[in-house]
Amino acid sequence: MAFEDQRTTVYKVNPEHPESETLPTLRTEELLLNMGPQHPSTHGVLKVILELEGERLVKSTPVMGYLHRGVEKLAEDGTYHQFIPHTDRLDYVCAMYNNFAYCRAVEKLLNLQVPERAEYLRTIVAEVQRIIGHQFWLSAQALDIGAMTVFFYCFRDREILLDWFDELCGARLTTSWYRIGGVERDLTPTLIDKLKQFLDYFPPKIDEYQVFLEKNRIWLGRTKGVAVISAEDAVSFGLSGPVLRGSGVDYDLRKYEPYSAYPKCEFSVPVGKNGDTYDRYWIRVMELYESVKIIRQCLEQMQDGPIMADAPSVTLPPKERVFTNLEAMIQQFKLFSQGFDAPPGEIYCGTEAHKGELGFHIVSTGGGKPYRLKIRAPSFIHMGAFDHMAKGYMISDACTIFGTYDIVMGECDR
Amino acid sequence: MHPLLLRVQHTFSAGVTNVSDWRGDVSVTVTRDKLREVAQFLRDDPGMDFDYIVHVSSVDWPDDEERFEVVWEFYSIRKRQRIRLKTRVPEADCVVDSLTDLWRGADFMEREVYDMMGIRFRNHPDLRRILMPDDYTEGYPLRKDFPLRGKGWRDTFDFLDEVPR
Repeated sequence: MAFEDQRTTVYKVNPEHPESETLPTLRTEELLLNMGPQHPSTHGVLKVILELEGERLVKSTPVMGYLHRGVEKLAEDGTYHQFIPHTDRLDYVCAMYNNFAYCRAVEKLLNLQVPERAEYLRTIVAEVQRIIGHQFWLSAQALDIGAMTVFFYCFRDREILLDWFDELCGARLTTSWYRIGGVERDLTPTLIDKLKQFLDYFPPKIDEYQVFLEKNRIWLGRTKGVAVISAEDAVSFGLSGPVLRGSGVDYDLRKYEPYSAYPKCEFSVPVGKNGDTYDRYWIRVMELYESVKIIRQCLEQMQDGPIMADAPSVTLPPKERVFTNLEAMIQQFKLFSQGFDAPPGEIYCGTEAHKGELGFHIVSTGGGKPYRLKIRAPSFIHMGAFDHMAKGYMISDACTIFGTYDIVMGECDR
Repeated sequence: MHPLLLRVQHTFSAGVTNVSDWRGDVSVTVTRDKLREVAQFLRDDPGMDFDYIVHVSSVDWPDDEERFEVVWEFYSIRKRQRIRLKTRVPEADCVVDSLTDLWRGADFMEREVYDMMGIRFRNHPDLRRILMPDDYTEGYPLRKDFPLRGKGWRDTFDFLDEVPR
């Protein structure tokens, strides 16, 4: 969609009514419009100041920070273990992936090997979380654009997985199930059965979501050719995840820097062509199928074994031992009051969350607390490209663009 | 030493003050005046090809002569390699060149560093606070001398009395 062409056609005089040429010149000026911070489609508290020419966006300036809680400052005050629950509150719809990214970063700092079963468990739960994230995204994006049915269908299936999380770790959203060196508890046979049932149930449901949208003229009209970004620009802006892959760059850390059990699974990374909202939608839906495939393979390959690394100076003892065994209790107390002694150094570790590359940059000077912890939040970085991607589109497309980033303000503002 | 580091050190012998390769992370520290040149080299040299900006961060070392450290992390999508570029900034002259014209994504990331640590970026197109309010006067929250509970600004907020039922 070319901005200039659109403008000339809008103001063309209708040849069938030449009298319109004699109309007095209308006063034209740019209009400033505040969108948010309480607009329902801004996915939280985000304000964007829109400069408009008619209904077209000339410039948009995101105003962020309404949900800034100083998580990076808080990290410097607590031990490494104590920061895990804080990561839940970053991207609060996909807490598991934040835990995962953080634990991986700390393990890289400590040079800690995670046992194989724990790696499989981590991958399974991360992919379940990716399904939840994409379902949430699909429902929110469709709702923003005006397709309400998909919202209910997605939430119906999301509920099954949230209940599964509830049974796994006692919480639906703020899970804190990952631990430094492993995971908190193993999957029970009931949970594995339930997950297998879901894997059989789910793929036909993905087809169902697609039926609602892919033949829907309104959906196609509002996503095809909207918010186009070229591969070169997307890379320069540092976009990641489906937003970058929609432009045809197959950057996926699961393939580029394989971690956990991903190298042992076969899956493909869907890549778009046009870099528009529709391609980004298509990628996420395809990723749902890929996630199902990954979970299936992990469940098949997984062998029995320990779920926590054998490093008592770093990892937490199992809860049942804490209440029955004196040494375990002392260890638990020491780890939470003083923390473990991390080696001095500096690392960056990026993980492919469902929104994009979620990274943690940790500077340690030794001791139990991080000296500096910086979170590379994909939502924040995607907002940097908002003005570029919104230029020339209509006000209503602004909602589409928030949606296509899959933005969550808890992560954006931190 | 890592071949990337050798290459950078060979090209900018005087500008490179420190290199490190720890836990597989390659990192190079350069002097402030050479920063732009090195960044340009990292992006445009065919052997480097760092086209993707990962993040910009900053670290406060209050006891050091050059107090602040600005950290850029780059990735090369074609070559699948990572590098960390660092430079030191003294508190008295807290300015460093902006890399916004090389990587467009640096815009918001550098604004965040300015907001949180108070490091100014020369030639940045729109250097304003990004997460804290525009009229925030307590300073820069991620500096080590900033107390965790803030400096009392929040205590001055007006609270509405509870409505009697």
